[in-house]
Amino acid sequence: MARFILMRLLQAIPVLLVVITVTFFLVRLAPGGPFSAEKAVPAEVLKALEARYQLDQPVIYQYFSYLGDLAHGDFGPSFKYPGRSVNEMIAAGLPATAELGLYAMCFALLIGASAGIIAALKPNSAQDYIPMSTAMLGICLPSFLLGPLLMLVFGVWLEWVPVSGWGDIPGDKILPALTLASGYTAYIARLSRGGMLEVMSQDYIRTARAKGLPEWKVVLKHGLRGGMIPVIAFIGPAFAGLLSGSFVVETIFQIPGLGRFYVQAAFNRDYTMIMGTTVLFATLIILFNLLADIVAVWLNPRLRDLYRSGGA
Amino acid sequence: MAPCIPALPTQYLRPQRYLSTLLATTCCLLLLACGNGENNVSTGLANQTLHWGNGAEPQELDPHIVTGVPEHHIIVGLLEGLVLKDPRTLEPTPGMAERWEISDDGKTYTFYLRDNARWSNGDPVTSEDFVWSWWRALQPALGNLYAYMYYPINNAEAYATGKLDDFSQVGVKALDARTLEVTLANPTPYFLQLLDHYSMFPVHRATIEQFGEPAERGTRWTRAGNFVGNGPFVLTQWDLNRLVMIEKSPTYYDADKVRLQAIRFYPTENTSTEERMFRAGQLHVTSTLPADKIAVYKETNPQALRISPYLGTYFYRFNTTVEHLADKRIRRALAMAINRQQIIDTVIKGGQTPAYTFTPPNTLGYTADAGFAEDIAAAKALLAEAGYPNGEGFPTTEILYNTSESHRKLAVAIQQMWKKNLNIDISLNNQDWKVYLDSEASGNFQISRGGWIGDYVDPNTFLDMWLTDGGNNRTGWQNAEYDQLISEAAPTAKEREQRYAHFRHAEAILIDAMPVIPIYTYNTIHLVHKHIKGMPSNILDYALYKQIYLSED
Repeated sequence: MARFILMRLLQAIPVLLVVITVTFFLVRLAPGGPFSAEKAVPAEVLKALEARYQLDQPVIYQYFSYLGDLAHGDFGPSFKYPGRSVNEMIAAGLPATAELGLYAMCFALLIGASAGIIAALKPNSAQDYIPMSTAMLGICLPSFLLGPLLMLVFGVWLEWVPVSGWGDIPGDKILPALTLASGYTAYIARLSRGGMLEVMSQDYIRTARAKGLPEWKVVLKHGLRGGMIPVIAFIGPAFAGLLSGSFVVETIFQIPGLGRFYVQAAFNRDYTMIMGTTVLFATLIILFNLLADIVAVWLNPRLRDLYRSGGA
Repeated sequence: MAPCIPALPTQYLRPQRYLSTLLATTCCLLLLACGNGENNVSTGLANQTLHWGNGAEPQELDPHIVTGVPEHHIIVGLLEGLVLKDPRTLEPTPGMAERWEISDDGKTYTFYLRDNARWSNGDPVTSEDFVWSWWRALQPALGNLYAYMYYPINNAEAYATGKLDDFSQVGVKALDARTLEVTLANPTPYFLQLLDHYSMFPVHRATIEQFGEPAERGTRWTRAGNFVGNGPFVLTQWDLNRLVMIEKSPTYYDADKVRLQAIRFYPTENTSTEERMFRAGQLHVTSTLPADKIAVYKETNPQALRISPYLGTYFYRFNTTVEHLADKRIRRALAMAINRQQIIDTVIKGGQTPAYTFTPPNTLGYTADAGFAEDIAAAKALLAEAGYPNGEGFPTTEILYNTSESHRKLAVAIQQMWKKNLNIDISLNNQDWKVYLDSEASGNFQISRGGWIGDYVDPNTFLDMWLTDGGNNRTGWQNAEYDQLISEAAPTAKEREQRYAHFRHAEAILIDAMPVIPIYTYNTIHLVHKHIKGMPSNILDYALYKQIYLSED
């Protein structure tokens, strides 16, 4: 298993290097520089700015210099925000994004799994169709529609929760977490329904019923164990998706997260910020996918034995 | 997506336990939701805290680096220049200087600083602070895009562009600790208007030197806790992309009169969300309002809607180096074949004013003569004269604009008007902001959208951009007489009327040649809560925080 993880980590290095290289040259190819502005920039100012950020050097020099800094964990200064380093902005934005992702995950698991289990108990009945079609709606409804809708109903009309903000007013994290969770909730509902359906037709469930256990105990104690495995395996990729896909929700609810920086950085041609966030997201996605694979192996005794016997 | 795994119970997994943890977490989260029925507006009233929709995260809070409006709103709370403005009349009023004298030739200004002016750490504000700050603002390494605000000062331009090394030759001198003498290159009637622009604010030398070199960009001196200012408020919190909070400064000379205890600025980039925040009582003021909401507010909540003229012009630029656009008859024909009022009423809907001159009307008493009128018959005649009767053979011409729904709508309206009125075909091209800037700066366009907001209240800020080779000209248009009027005749004029006459003459030349089509004069559109008092509207959208307070009546 350790060898499997090590191999995967080593494979990640060339992937990251490709991501860095492609992004580095692509952002510099895009027309419009970080310092172009509506008001003309005087030549001497432009010169000073380019010298400050090494843009007056040959691109290939910039590239290796960037790689060198990166090896030391230094993402460089932001072009758009002169007083901020990219490291600092990531440190400021990542916690909000991670927290949002975590809450969204909780909502998605709680609501999605419950809906899926309920649906699976009486397949092809109203008890199945209603939660499952609601779940379908959750997949179809984009967050830029659902977010404002939730804001309007719960923020403006009912005044239960604030419309936007992050940690300023109690409850301001609920709507964004729900919005971000919606698509994942739906997917988890479908996964858990499928998982439960399969498990509930197994022999050992029949045995459990035959020995006279009450139905709720059969479902919660015996059914759930097996039925939730696909859901658990999905958590890794889902979390990677939640982290890197939160920018719409962050923009709508004005959450000081990393997703918002990412999008703004692209519009601003903030080269170092684009690089920093891209590298970070790429790393996170690689890590979470690795995690998902590890969990998959760990959950599946056949694969586990395969790795244990060194047959990877 | 999920790997297919045989359903096998494992001893490691007890989903029930996970689920109950999840349930508990979520319940806690929901409990947090139960607010106490208060919102920012109601608590703000009690503790005099203003909640301000600021439109964006400030790039920086260093007055010699930043360029934007969101930065302006914060910095004017933290720092103060030699003069302030009366928000009603926009005439200069005493700031750090309690009074000033202007020499008869209009070239020498002597400022007398008030003796109770203090930095927020208790240090006195001296004339040396101004000399040092202005020296810093002119250092090229700082990358100050507003260095040109200093150019009326004798030798400032030469120093900023590196033609002069000796700062002592620049026209700013501390006669003693409280007297500052400024010598100008030319009598500049709007000079006092420049002084309350943040680019001319003083900064605290010891603080800046503590955190780096004077001309170093982006040191930590502007962070909450480090920032030492001389304004009515001090910076107490700056959370990236979340909040900037400033609180009343006890060392400010006018602290007795400052009634607000704090202002909280939110980076409200999403204007729809901002509007909902206002409705939910989270904001007192919004940075703007989405155009499609204006009609709704006029109907349901007109007292919250504040629309007022703004010192800015929305226009289309011609690239006069393009063959058919080099003909002024064609440019004029295009300008005359737009129904501006119709565009305002049906497309942009913000009650803006149609523009027939480039400088907005009544800019500190200056109004240019209308150089043209909307006249389709005359436009057709001009087009025919230029060789395109009834638009036949007119090359397909492209309008370039930066990606935005409002620019697109306006361009579509103009495209249709030109088709209907002149029978010519126009194509539209939208580009991402930075690409658009690049295309415009490199002359890679035919007609492009532009907007210009005055830096100060004077026609000069609108007219000097069309000088030959002016960095913001970008039309390829040039006219020697125009250049002479703007850069020689107007600056040396003795009287305001004489000076304005030169500007009127110049603007007549500009509009006659029509390298730009004025379309409308901007409006500022805000939602303002009824609790806000002491915040009159003006064409600079300038708010003087020390006069603002919150009250129910």
